[in-house]
Amino acid sequence: MSATETRSMLDLLNGFVVQLREAGLPVSLTENLDAMDAVQHIPIEDREAFKYALGATLVKNQAHWRSFETVFEVYFSLRGPEYKLANSDGESSELDDLWREMQDASQEGDGRGGAGSLDALTPEEIAHLLMQALMQGDQALMKALARQAVQRFAGMEPGRPVGGTYYLYRTLRNLDLDGMLAKMADAANHGQESDAGRLEQRLEREEFEHRITEFKAEVEAEIRRRLVADRGAEAMAKTLRKPLPEDVEFMHASREEMVSLRKALQPLTRKLAARLARKRRHGRKGPLDFRNTVRHSLSYGGVPAEPKFKYPRPAKPELMVVADISGSVAAFARFTLMLVYAISNQFSKVRSFVFIDGIDEVTDYFKATEDITEAIHRVNTEADVVWVDGHSDYGHAFEVFWERYGKDISPKTTVLLLGDARNNYHASQSWVIKEMRMKARHVYWLNPEPKSYWNTGDSIVGEYGNFTDGVYECRNLRQLEGFVEKLA
Amino acid sequence: MASELVHRFESVQQVRDGLRDIDYLADDGIAGVAYLADRLGKPVLVEGPAGTGKTQLAKSIAEMTGARLIRLQCYEGMDESKALFEWNYKKQLLRIQADKNSESWTDIHDDIFSDEFLLTRPLLEAITADDPVVLLIDEVDRVEVETEALLLEILSEYQVSIPELGTIEAKQIPLVFLTSNNTRELSEALKRRCLFLHVDYPSMEREREIVLAKVPGVTDSLAEQIARVVRSIRSLDLKKAPSVSETIDWARTLLLLNIETIDETVAKETLHILLKYQTDIAKAAKDLSVDE
Repeated sequence: MSATETRSMLDLLNGFVVQLREAGLPVSLTENLDAMDAVQHIPIEDREAFKYALGATLVKNQAHWRSFETVFEVYFSLRGPEYKLANSDGESSELDDLWREMQDASQEGDGRGGAGSLDALTPEEIAHLLMQALMQGDQALMKALARQAVQRFAGMEPGRPVGGTYYLYRTLRNLDLDGMLAKMADAANHGQESDAGRLEQRLEREEFEHRITEFKAEVEAEIRRRLVADRGAEAMAKTLRKPLPEDVEFMHASREEMVSLRKALQPLTRKLAARLARKRRHGRKGPLDFRNTVRHSLSYGGVPAEPKFKYPRPAKPELMVVADISGSVAAFARFTLMLVYAISNQFSKVRSFVFIDGIDEVTDYFKATEDITEAIHRVNTEADVVWVDGHSDYGHAFEVFWERYGKDISPKTTVLLLGDARNNYHASQSWVIKEMRMKARHVYWLNPEPKSYWNTGDSIVGEYGNFTDGVYECRNLRQLEGFVEKLA
Repeated sequence: MASELVHRFESVQQVRDGLRDIDYLADDGIAGVAYLADRLGKPVLVEGPAGTGKTQLAKSIAEMTGARLIRLQCYEGMDESKALFEWNYKKQLLRIQADKNSESWTDIHDDIFSDEFLLTRPLLEAITADDPVVLLIDEVDRVEVETEALLLEILSEYQVSIPELGTIEAKQIPLVFLTSNNTRELSEALKRRCLFLHVDYPSMEREREIVLAKVPGVTDSLAEQIARVVRSIRSLDLKKAPSVSETIDWARTLLLLNIETIDETVAKETLHILLKYQTDIAKAAKDLSVDE
């Protein structure tokens, strides 16, 4: 690589790293240098390899990969010959060739032999063609059709400041992919002899679904390319950015994001368990281990030169989780239950309680099954948490908790309270928390609401908070992790 | 660094072809990162679900380059005497007792802390080896965070410091693979020193090819069906999704049973080979039998 080339590459890469950092990815200086090193060996023209080379050096957490990929696609979308827009000359003629071949091959182009270009087709024909491509799994044609569909249906206007989702919606609405899936399944069954097993049919259908997902991704990519071409990579990087899993708010997480959240929870609960147990492996506070000392003395000719000590046994942490699962925190509640489930696998003694205006113990639901969705379902349907009207009443719930389970709190117990403390102007009964704290080792409160909303309206988190060892804002994984760190 | 880099690979394509020849089907990411690891002389941290061929990757690279594989299996409570080196106390003791009166203290002192009394453990062995080696540090997420620090010196500088002897530098830079099942977050310091490679379940096409390569005698259509069923099962919300090795086991079983096409009954009867939890088996069986 010549000096100027290296220089421009350096600039390019630096810009990219800035974009990554802005998206929240932690990129250290050494990683940046490694990436620079890596691109000396992989040419930028080999796009996939280039992407993986940058990924291997810059992204050290699989959960960040999606964010990385988005930034990469935006930033490098227009750098590389094969990624020009469909309108350019070479591209469209290539497409037309493909289309002509298709027509020659199949005799189905009845009545429209004259049309030589994809642009001249009617929407029905496009749909028909797409269905064929999907059924045969023809990658090249799918790609071409994705471009054609975007060009035709998205109605993209230069300079218009809307995000990609709007265009995606418009394009997909015109294609009616769900209807197409049904048609494809029909066509596939029709073509085959009817003795094809049900399993076979099902697999076929899944294959189609998979291809449709691929097609959607292709459409999305095309829209992104066009947007970047229109408004520049820097402007688009901001709007198209996807938040990192640890920054996704629990209250507004999509289903897909929930899945990645759940994956990220597991290591966190282990950490929590370790922090609460405060292992003391180092430090010799334990009594002399006679057996072990004698065994080791054999290497010194029977002289006990190296005394061995027993390690102190770390205290087994006991945990009580009391979670609000009312409507106002519904999204958080789901996450809370996932957290409770994950925690109960890590600790030897966990008891979990859920409440709205009544309170019920749900420990057994989590113990009985290994399937978290089932456990959550049972909690939501079977737990007896409604006392009067099903609106949060923290005061009553705490009172009942104290009456029924208060005696089980021991000096070894840590109590975690989860909720937004929106009490619907009921009596707070905060004395319960005060008593609790006297008896328990620690009492913590995690609040899913932004700090600025606390103590506004019917929120009385401050009143409860005075009696706990700390109230923590817990809107995303990063904050939850921060809480776990602070426990140390 | 101790010695200049000797490149083992010419291009990404060569890595991929080489691996293919010994029946390891690498995708773009795997081949690319292996190539980079060689070029940059950096260790690779391979992460991903169990049974997706992380350990096999290191083995295959070793086989492909004709290098010796040195393996360090990590476990909780591992310490430097198991990973790096240890002094052979008993031999030292014997040495002192053998000539009690002849030599002066300094002579003995210098003598008992020499190579002769050093027991090499995998990490030290890897960097002192004369022949080409591939070092595999398996399941690094099993050791405690504190123990990770043991690895840092060897991973970044390819050297081991022994207080009594000084620093031993690598004669050649070995390819190093660390694997992790991601049961806990590894420390930043460790991650920073490595190239990161995530190995996920393979795509359907790749899995079919893996079955074809690994199970001789399987027909194209059966391999295709196997890959499809496995993908279908993986899409369920399971405690432990079937791994590639389990797919291969399943293919072998079907072959032994002389089954040519999979239907519902066959699938359900052999599910226990793919899935290891009773709840998962029940769930998958239920899902397979309900149509649509």
